[in-house]
Amino acid sequence: MIPAAFDYYRPTKMDDVIALLKEHGDDARVMAGGHSLIPMMKLRMAEIPHLIDLQAIDGLNEISIKDGQITIGAMVTQHDLINHAGLEAAAPILREAALQIADPQVRYMGTVGGNVANGDPGNDMPGLMQCLDATFALVGPGGERSVAARDFYEAAYMTAREDEEVLTSVSIPVPQGGYAYEKQKRKIGDYATAAAAVQIVKEDGKCTAASIAMTNLSDTPIYSADAGAALVGTAVDAAALTAAKAAMLGDIDPTEDNRGPVAFKKHVAGVILARAIERAWSRA
Amino acid sequence: MKDEVESRDDRVANLKGMGCSRKRVEDARFTQGKGNYVDDIKLDGMLFGDFVRSPYAHARVTNIDTEEALKVPGVLAVLTAADLEPLGLHWMPTLAGDKQMVLADGKVLFQGQEVAFVVAEDRFAAADGIEAVEVDYEELPVIVDPFEALKTDVVLREDLVAQDGSIPDGAHGPRTHPNHIFTWEAGEKEATQQVLDNAEVLVEESMYYHRTHPCPLETCGCVASMDKVNGKLTLWGTFQAPHAIRTVVSLISGIEEHNIRVVSPDIGGGFGNKVGAYPGYVCSVVASIVTGKPVKWIEDRMDNLMTTAFARDYHMTGKISATKEGKITGLHCHVTADHGGFDACADPTKFPAGFMNICTGSYDIPTAFLEVDGVYTNKAPGGVSYRCSFRVTEAVYFIERMVEVLAIELGMDAAELRRINFIKKEQFPYKAALGWEYDSGDYHTAWDKALTSVDYDGLRAEQAQRVEDFKAGKTRKLMGVGLSFFTEIVGAGPVKNCDILGLGMFDSCEIRIHPTGSAIARLGTISQGQGHATTFAQILASEIGLPADSITIEEGDTDTAPYGLGTYGSRSTPVAGAATAMAGRKIRAKAQMIAAYLLEVHDNDVEFDVDRFVVKGAPEKFKTMKEIAFAAYNQAIPGIEPGLEAVSYYDPPNMTYPFGAYVCVMDIDVDTGVPEIRRFYALDDCGTRINPMIIEGQVHGGLTEALAVALGQEIAYDDMGNVKTGTLMDFFLPTAWEVPNYETDHTVTPSPHHPIGAKGVGESPHVGGVPCFSNAVHDAFRAFGLRQTNMPHDHWRIWKTANELGLHD
Ligand SMILES: Cc1cc2nc3c(=O)[nH]c(=O)nc-3n(C[C@H](O)[C@H](O)[C@H](O)COP(=O)(O)OP(=O)(O)OC[C@H]3O[C@@H](n4cnc5c(N)ncnc54)[C@H](O)[C@@H]3O)c2cc1C
Repeated sequence: MIPAAFDYYRPTKMDDVIALLKEHGDDARVMAGGHSLIPMMKLRMAEIPHLIDLQAIDGLNEISIKDGQITIGAMVTQHDLINHAGLEAAAPILREAALQIADPQVRYMGTVGGNVANGDPGNDMPGLMQCLDATFALVGPGGERSVAARDFYEAAYMTAREDEEVLTSVSIPVPQGGYAYEKQKRKIGDYATAAAAVQIVKEDGKCTAASIAMTNLSDTPIYSADAGAALVGTAVDAAALTAAKAAMLGDIDPTEDNRGPVAFKKHVAGVILARAIERAWSRA
Repeated sequence: MKDEVESRDDRVANLKGMGCSRKRVEDARFTQGKGNYVDDIKLDGMLFGDFVRSPYAHARVTNIDTEEALKVPGVLAVLTAADLEPLGLHWMPTLAGDKQMVLADGKVLFQGQEVAFVVAEDRFAAADGIEAVEVDYEELPVIVDPFEALKTDVVLREDLVAQDGSIPDGAHGPRTHPNHIFTWEAGEKEATQQVLDNAEVLVEESMYYHRTHPCPLETCGCVASMDKVNGKLTLWGTFQAPHAIRTVVSLISGIEEHNIRVVSPDIGGGFGNKVGAYPGYVCSVVASIVTGKPVKWIEDRMDNLMTTAFARDYHMTGKISATKEGKITGLHCHVTADHGGFDACADPTKFPAGFMNICTGSYDIPTAFLEVDGVYTNKAPGGVSYRCSFRVTEAVYFIERMVEVLAIELGMDAAELRRINFIKKEQFPYKAALGWEYDSGDYHTAWDKALTSVDYDGLRAEQAQRVEDFKAGKTRKLMGVGLSFFTEIVGAGPVKNCDILGLGMFDSCEIRIHPTGSAIARLGTISQGQGHATTFAQILASEIGLPADSITIEEGDTDTAPYGLGTYGSRSTPVAGAATAMAGRKIRAKAQMIAAYLLEVHDNDVEFDVDRFVVKGAPEKFKTMKEIAFAAYNQAIPGIEPGLEAVSYYDPPNMTYPFGAYVCVMDIDVDTGVPEIRRFYALDDCGTRINPMIIEGQVHGGLTEALAVALGQEIAYDDMGNVKTGTLMDFFLPTAWEVPNYETDHTVTPSPHHPIGAKGVGESPHVGGVPCFSNAVHDAFRAFGLRQTNMPHDHWRIWKTANELGLHD
């Protein structure tokens, strides 16, 4: 498990990163925590002749919460997320989800930016960010632009990010109501068999808004608007749960792998979603 | 003087001898990262070799082009079968009497098979060189199912078919099909058939014990260094049997045995994975001879999982008969054993299915018959790991499932069914229907202690309530109570029936006492984490009266250690531990003569007392072992040679038969298939207990392996022979997170024939643990009609069981 030879760069300015990306095109890749990229290189599933480390770039490590908006720098680690008191108060679902990613060692290195930019359907943060209606800020040769998380994912490892663009931060409107991140996995450090991110608003015993996204059940994360809609206006009773599950099942498209066959995954997706909704509702 | 004020208890405590939980002397270096593993060895000018491996499970190799690889900077040579053939080293003998390709000789038989060996200045250049070797493959039909292998006309091993198409006998007798390796039988066929035909109750069940792998933290590897000046080959490696490796290397290379030094440094877990001889060893030796430089070869994790010794892969069908009251009358077992592309098990020669004939278990079964068919398939060879060549884990799983199935058929409680069929204490030594003579046991006492400790009746009541609640829609979790009672057979073994490649399975210990009363002892075994340096010193401390802290234990260097067959199959304590005690007694016998001389009495007038010889009836007159040691070297004693040394080669009269009673309480989420272990109780009887703390550690480790195997760990293949579980993402290696809290307990039934009564414990928890976890899963669904579902019980398979029982409707 030794990667092919590569040149290593550690620029200190974003301009230099963009210049390198422009120069080498598809032969270059940025590296954040390296905990998705390096395993791929070691397996020689990715050959990256020019590896650009983002660790020395300033200004990508900040977390800010103001005016109802949370902004998380791309290089904020999963460990930072878990240990940020302000975030725990403002968006506890981030912590609940991050604690279910990998293990402490991986979380010390793995970043939010890497997790959402990677494009692996197994990553937990893309679905989470879709649930929270996050926006990703990208910078490239043509300047800055932003893309909604719900529009970002095209297929496995295919995203709206251009090759020469770098993801700099993730912005989230401070979430309202109850939350839950529910994940079934085979063991510590495993990607989800099925995972659900749920954020629910309750007023006078009725659901007034609900956002639902699923992980590792298609070749992209699945934001299921219909599943959320099925809860709105209800008291989140058994019938509403059934309707939400049915709507979600209409949106996912799991494939068989070592975690199990399709029928199993669909069944578990429904169970996990119901549990997430129930927990979120109880906290709403 | 200090000695005079010390109480006898103090003197015993000072020795840190048998029975005390002495801290492991190994841990100071392991916990500080100061161990010395084979990959830590760095020699001047050392090169690195690595393999081009086959991506196909069955293919002809039509051409190997090394030209581009040789252009890669740092690559020095690429070895292929054509280079090894003139030396006769393109194939090598396996420990099971078969032979195995070292490098692909015209074809490959499993994914990951070694095709070419790239030798380079470092491992990075070797990795690039591997990418640049071009191999042309012509794919052949792949056979991964052993039942299909026995029907198909696809021949895997053309080398084992005669020119006229006939099938010559194999190492273990006649073969019935080109892909058939052997048939092995034990017991009485007709008599068993008769019993089954006339039975009041008869059940039949089939089960598959899936293929898995022990995945030691340290993978396999070696460093070969041929000194061309003095003609001496030194081979460091992850060898569980260094002396056997030396003999094998000598036999296949023609280098005289005194010119080969094999060294096992610290080993990071073995579990049988490091018993056999691998192509990497042969290629490293050849590469060192060719280049005149040391050559290192180290597997990566995927190499290790995909190609080196696996475990299990046994398809077992059983028939068990009983009276209506539940007394078992007969047992029949048939196994189709998947050995992969070569038969590379490490069984004693006369036991091609290991000790599978221990499959009557802990029960008094008067009549039984066992039949095993070994089969070639397009999977990796091995079958050595996790107690695998000895097949005791398979045997115990088989009988512990059959007993459960019989309990279901009889509508009986499975604990009670076991109780009425246990071999009784007074029946030992007990001659089992399939040939073994169990040396000792007290099963009823152990069983009662276990059931009482867990409040078995209370658990059953709770379980019944749970079933009611489930049916009433109050819960979606079922509760399983897993039982297992196992009898191990360890300490291979008596030379009269146990040898590997003709090497008798004795073991050895050599002791030198130094003049100032400390000592070094060397053994033919090699620790891979078991703590030999700690426990063997404790045995000696008790035997020779010198403190364990003053005794160095050394193993693994064939230039210094006495010949022995190594460490696997829980044999170190039963065999080398016995040799240690016997050698210690020789020391003591000489010490007694010296003491008598020094005390000016007759030899028979002194007796051993903890750390000294005392004059009988006059305890104030004594000589400590320390004083005796000094005298042995510094005083001319008439009629006694100077020095204090001894060696013992121990050929055990019988195996030892540890046993144990395990109970697992599990809750199963019917909707997700997720099992949760609420409680695990393990009672082990390994005879005399040398170091209770180490026993407990061994039990924790073995149970964790058992949990892994039962609940998810497997080497799975797809129809094309691709390994689906070749990385730790899919291969289940439990961490502290997945592991429950284990409760350990014990009874002590010493082995009557072992010098200190010890029986071995290293593998007991694996052997007994797997059926216990599996039975818990089965038991959870018993009330809903489940009889048998195969391991590994991972989430989706448990879910499927629930689904098929209609529990999701
Ligand atoms: C054992 C193990 C278990 C794991 N389990 C989980 C899990 O359960 N759930 C989960 O979600 N993840 C899991 N991961 C993945 C882990 O969370 C990774 O850290 C994460 O997916 C990627 O983050 P990173 O910072 O390491 O990115 P890297 O590996 O450095 O990069 C990943 C990809 O994103 C690109 N990239 C990174 N940063 C940027 C950026 N700022 N702009 C543009 N592109 C960028 C890289 O070029 C690369 O293609 C696991 C990893 C391991 C090793």
